[in-house]
Amino acid sequence: MTKHGETPSQTVGPYFSMRLAGEGQNVLSTRDDRIVIEGTVFDGAGDHIEDAFLEIWQAGPSGRYNHPDDTRDLDLEPSFTGFGRTASDFKTGQYRFETLKPGRVPDPEGAFQAPHISVIVQGRGMLTPVFTRIYFSDEQHANADDLVLRGVPESRRHTLIAELQDGSSPPVYRFDIRMQGDDETVFFDF
Amino acid sequence: MSEPIIRHYGPKAYSDHPPFSYPDYKSTVLRGPKEDLLTIVQTLSETTGPGPVWSEVSEEDADLTTNAGTGGTAIGERIIVTGRILDENGNGIPGVLIEIWQANACGRYVHWRETAFPAPLDPNFIGVGQCLSGENGVYRFLTIKPGPYPWGNHPNAWRPAHIHFSMMGPSLGSRLVTQMYFEDDRLFPFDPIFNSAPEPSRVRMIAHYDHDLTEENWALGWRWDIVLRGNTATPFETDDE
Repeated sequence: MTKHGETPSQTVGPYFSMRLAGEGQNVLSTRDDRIVIEGTVFDGAGDHIEDAFLEIWQAGPSGRYNHPDDTRDLDLEPSFTGFGRTASDFKTGQYRFETLKPGRVPDPEGAFQAPHISVIVQGRGMLTPVFTRIYFSDEQHANADDLVLRGVPESRRHTLIAELQDGSSPPVYRFDIRMQGDDETVFFDF
Repeated sequence: MSEPIIRHYGPKAYSDHPPFSYPDYKSTVLRGPKEDLLTIVQTLSETTGPGPVWSEVSEEDADLTTNAGTGGTAIGERIIVTGRILDENGNGIPGVLIEIWQANACGRYVHWRETAFPAPLDPNFIGVGQCLSGENGVYRFLTIKPGPYPWGNHPNAWRPAHIHFSMMGPSLGSRLVTQMYFEDDRLFPFDPIFNSAPEPSRVRMIAHYDHDLTEENWALGWRWDIVLRGNTATPFETDDE
């Protein structure tokens, strides 16, 4: 069978928010037990990126994905898609998601992964998307056992951990994304 | 069933795609990773994705000549853009959310950041649309042909006419945002974004004029197929035959 070559990726350009990052698409849940994830996207000079485009994909609190392939008998709130997207703020480079903390998803070794959120990073000046994951600083035990985190050099692991901030309600986790530099975020190929 | 379905797909063909840094497109230099990507095993987190949960699309969303909702019609060369969304084995993928955005016939975007280019806006054109691929992966838009427009990358820089396309496929790895170009555009040699794609795969971004699609007294037809990463065959099917 002839393999068809992939259509090449191109940048989303400066005007993607016309279509791709509509108002409210960064709010996945308004439940009382929601969490907030916020941070800034930085370039290799340490400047914030004013036109990054972030998409997140995650399981619900039970650990089940809202996807036809996830056929497990676990709770699934129909209104929780597990998908959100946003543009970084043009003035500050900050982004914000409101969502539910994901449950644990199985790994290929029969164990469970630590709670995590998949992130796709695109933007003006980015020709090909990059993928990373958000883990949570208050899941130390689960993180220590996580198949993916174990494969990340220890010196870079912190770039994948969202830090729970003190005393906010709903809880706020801070997750900065650095495209380059000493603390470059770990990006995945899979 | 209590076990999830894990549909593994092959490695991403990075050689089909632009590099992270392409200095002729200046903004890329500080915005792409320099460290090697870390290879991870595909889990349910990678083999699922947001595509299938999107289904709320109305037919009006696929007609950009009227979806401004003003009761008027957009000015410009009316075109039909159609084709198929395919997986790497050439199977059509139904149910893919396709979102597009584009400049108007004069090359002007409806966006607050567009202030430098003194081209007129069209009150009857907002330049955004969406649809879901149907059976066999077929999609179809009615729109107007976008104009080329200038940008600040280098002196006298102009983008070839293009339509931005965003596809939500069945898995995280099949996510694709690209741009569709029109064959024989004289600006191709001067455009670093178009040329950032490796030469062999560049042609895959170009739509071809198809007179069989053209509708008499109505619109010109352009055909463009899009290949997403992955194989949508179910795990029970094989490619051996």
